[in-house]
Amino acid sequence: MRSRRRLVPANLVEVDDIMFAYGPGMPVLDGVSLAIPRGKVVAIMGGSGSGKTTLLRLIGGALRPSRGEIRAFGRAVNHARTRELYELRRKMGMLFQFGALFTDLSAFDNVAFPVRERTSLPEPIVRDLVLMKLHAVGLRGAAHLMPQQLSGGMQRRVALARATALDPELIMYDEPFTGLDPISLAVTGKLVRNLNDALGAASIVVTHDVQESLAIVDYLYFLAGGRVVAQGTPDEVRRSTLPFVRQFVHAEPDGPVPFHYPAADYRETLLAGR
Amino acid sequence: MLARVASLLEALGARVNGVVARLGFASRFFFALLRLSGTSFRRFHLTVREIYFAGVLSLIIIAVSALFVGMVLGLQGYDTLVRYGSAEAVGTLVALSLTRELGPVVAALLFASRAGSAITAEIGLMKATEQLAAMEMMAVDPIARVVGPRFWGGVIAMPLLAALFSAIGIFGGYLVTVPLIGVDEGAFWSQMRGAVDLHDDVVNGIIKSAVFGVAVTWIAVFEGYDAAPTAEGVSRATTRTVVTSSLAILALDFVLTAFMFRGA
Repeated sequence: MRSRRRLVPANLVEVDDIMFAYGPGMPVLDGVSLAIPRGKVVAIMGGSGSGKTTLLRLIGGALRPSRGEIRAFGRAVNHARTRELYELRRKMGMLFQFGALFTDLSAFDNVAFPVRERTSLPEPIVRDLVLMKLHAVGLRGAAHLMPQQLSGGMQRRVALARATALDPELIMYDEPFTGLDPISLAVTGKLVRNLNDALGAASIVVTHDVQESLAIVDYLYFLAGGRVVAQGTPDEVRRSTLPFVRQFVHAEPDGPVPFHYPAADYRETLLAGR
Repeated sequence: MLARVASLLEALGARVNGVVARLGFASRFFFALLRLSGTSFRRFHLTVREIYFAGVLSLIIIAVSALFVGMVLGLQGYDTLVRYGSAEAVGTLVALSLTRELGPVVAALLFASRAGSAITAEIGLMKATEQLAAMEMMAVDPIARVVGPRFWGGVIAMPLLAALFSAIGIFGGYLVTVPLIGVDEGAFWSQMRGAVDLHDDVVNGIIKSAVFGVAVTWIAVFEGYDAAPTAEGVSRATTRTVVTSSLAILALDFVLTAFMFRGA
């Protein structure tokens, strides 16, 4: 009999030809495939509304694709039952766009939340663990503050400490760079990279911030119109001659992604009002 | 013409479908809530905290309203009864009105607008700011962790508030009629004790308030959980909580009264 033990897959997450639609006839993602290898930071880029966040929710099992398969840690996420899904999520950490800190808990209790809920560690150890995680994001001194008393960038760092509190193997970031000043942005970028390397995890960064991503990630996927239109390492992306990638990387207002939302002919619309 | 009728029917059908689907969702939500209550109770301090928010913080509005309702009942009751020469029966009138009807109903209406709306707004905002999604990604079920304690906090607080409402209301009626108007104190209390039955009046009133408590808090937590995750969605959900639970209280009151006080 063959051994039933499975080899540890090289890719922590594999997305295989998935399709997803919120409503009938309007697929957000159509035929997307990608792989997230262990130890790497991978960026998923695309304009607003290109389905980036949806893709994260699919990997986290909050949504299910109508076609295709998503495997995390070698197990199919899209067929998992609730209990199994919660089991899988124990190995994942997710940073939401604006941190999503619990507003009725202090920074300390926010970071302690997953530890207290999912482990039965004694309180002194919880305390040490939380302080270590807060220290890693430079906010040990802010442990007693409530989320409302923190700046947007600090909130996101607390949320990052919370997402990594239980040393996840996969960390997902939903727009971690949005709305940050240049200093906070550089700090967050550095933290994403350092935490990933310190934990030996894999990270998925959903973002539209090209320059910051090119500086910290190992690999990039470009999403547009519900499919992967380009991919490559930062160097390949910088050298790319694909019109879409060029437009994105050099922030050109018009190109394959048009400036105008599809509309009837301009002249005719204006004249029709007469 | 025919096309217009067809489209009207279609719109009506879509509305009915929507309502039925929502009711179904609310029921499934309720059963999920009950199923996960064990998990909620394991951290009972969370429920205690919600009893504080829903119950203790509602005390002032409940106490003040009860005092005034009782005083008005005393005045109106005395005014009518004195014409028949039975002013001493005002104690009976005040106590029966409060324990049977006004205590549970008015306390529940106040509770819906004070605590119910707060619960909806809080859960709705937690949803809008992705706090519930974040919890789910941390493998913690928000129905067990957020909704359960709020539901049970409200369910436990409601009968206590209604009982307090009745007691304070009776005291208000006493204040107006005995020291102020000069109704005989002994007659006031003894007639009341003779007329109020523990089971028929007091216990039935408590049962009513418990039913109202379940209805109001269920509506409140569901509307919050189901709110559209925007500022507008949360404000609409909060309004719907107050409107729906007020109507539910009054309708349920009629049904319960019909079952409890037949003839006799």
